[in-house]
Amino acid sequence: MSPEVSPEAPSGVAPASGADGKTVLDAADVQRALTRIAHEILERTKSSPDLVLLGIPTRGVPLARRLAERIDAVEGREVPVGSLDITMYRDDLRLRPARTLERTEIPAGGVDGKLVVLVDDVLFSGRTVRSALTALDDVGRPSSVQLAVLVDRGHRELPIRADYVGKNLPTSLTETVRVNLAEHDGVDAVLIGHEGQEEAR
Amino acid sequence: MKKHLISAADLSRDDAVLVLDTAEELARLADRPIKKLPTLRGRTVVNLFFEDSTRTRISFEAAAKRLSADVINFSAKGSSVSKGETLKDTALTLEAMGADAVVVRHGASGAPHRLAHSGWIGGSVVNAGDGTHEHPTQALLDAYTMRRHLAGGAGALDGRRITIVGDVLHSRVARSNVLLLATLGAEVTLVAPPTLLPVGVETWPCSISYDLDAPLATSDAVMMLRVQRERMNAAFFPSTAEYSRRYGLDVRRAALLPEHAIVMHPGPMNRGMEIAADVADGPRSVIVEQVANGVSVRMAVLYLLLGGSESAIGSADTTEGAAA
Repeated sequence: MSPEVSPEAPSGVAPASGADGKTVLDAADVQRALTRIAHEILERTKSSPDLVLLGIPTRGVPLARRLAERIDAVEGREVPVGSLDITMYRDDLRLRPARTLERTEIPAGGVDGKLVVLVDDVLFSGRTVRSALTALDDVGRPSSVQLAVLVDRGHRELPIRADYVGKNLPTSLTETVRVNLAEHDGVDAVLIGHEGQEEAR
Repeated sequence: MKKHLISAADLSRDDAVLVLDTAEELARLADRPIKKLPTLRGRTVVNLFFEDSTRTRISFEAAAKRLSADVINFSAKGSSVSKGETLKDTALTLEAMGADAVVVRHGASGAPHRLAHSGWIGGSVVNAGDGTHEHPTQALLDAYTMRRHLAGGAGALDGRRITIVGDVLHSRVARSNVLLLATLGAEVTLVAPPTLLPVGVETWPCSISYDLDAPLATSDAVMMLRVQRERMNAAFFPSTAEYSRRYGLDVRRAALLPEHAIVMHPGPMNRGMEIAADVADGPRSVIVEQVANGVSVRMAVLYLLLGGSESAIGSADTTEGAAA
């Protein structure tokens, strides 16, 4: 399904309603949320030199890169960015045919003793994050792990919460939340739809 | 429902590329301190080897263990098979132990197919070499090695020229490679004396040459096959010296290859027979790398067959009531 929002859509325009559902964050909203998260990370971690950003594929990875760019713009330093594929650690692997693996790329400095911020697009049941924490165990031992998400849609099934949230989005279980990013989908947007439409993790 | 990997022909082009892509990601595990994934925890993989093998069995064992599967090794020597147990009874024993996958090597062509389609066992069957028939995981690791060197580690092998030389008649590696490489779009040339080509080879998706020098200049990869003396019960060539002179890859012939070409051998090698030691140990040789790649590729196969609710690759189970 293609996104219904045109790239030029200025912020503040009435939410477009289309096959993908209602736009709740447009491109400018996504930009602002990420800028704020980047500042919050710096504030909360006191500009720790040990900061490492790990995106969870697929859409967590471009989000992690964008956060790193913003931190670079503010502080003028490069934050190591990587990706952490959780496919082999999922607890629902046997409920579907074997899935294609995504790339795991740990920055050269590793994660031992680092302050790792996991980055994902949507926080929902919390199972993805649990899998990511298990996957991280096999990579090294960070001094601490935090979580940044663009959207928190609630309905947690595990005792997990995010440290940085772009937007709290109260949803019902019959709704779907989809994050479109320029890197994958041509344009930034967060959309709410109804069941039967493409599901977002 | 897809379930088994018996023949390289079981794999569609998408299947084959999926295995190679998955292996590419799994290979990165080798750089990590903990080279293990929890994916097949609680699953049992049986290595059922009726024929001697070191690299294939160890490779499958390492692959299954890195995916946290429980591995049971079964070799015919020292088992009830030496007391006359049939394949069926062995299979029923394994089934009773709850094998989720059986990796089978057998001297008889078709044994894995029989195992897969007889209804004796419920798990997936992976062919690890049957007689002179097929060895699909070897073909996959060869294709993986070629893709890394010739296609930047992505996509298929469209238009790459691969020359496979030697004892095609007895080679399950050659047959699986021809089928898989054709699926991946490569142009394969088989080179062998007429006596070492199987009947019906003209129907294979490849071209055939009796002369080795000609195709070398345009080959992206040359794969030397082992002369399988243990399977030879007749005279297929006048002398080893003559075979070596006409079909061996010596230093002079290796110099005919283009700059980027790689030299492969599925092992074990007869040094000085089909391949000169200087070539086998030379800079173009990827023979040691083939062995290392075997583990990643076999992990990919086991993951794709067993990791999900149903297999993502391979051939269907045609046994009646197989879904039960």
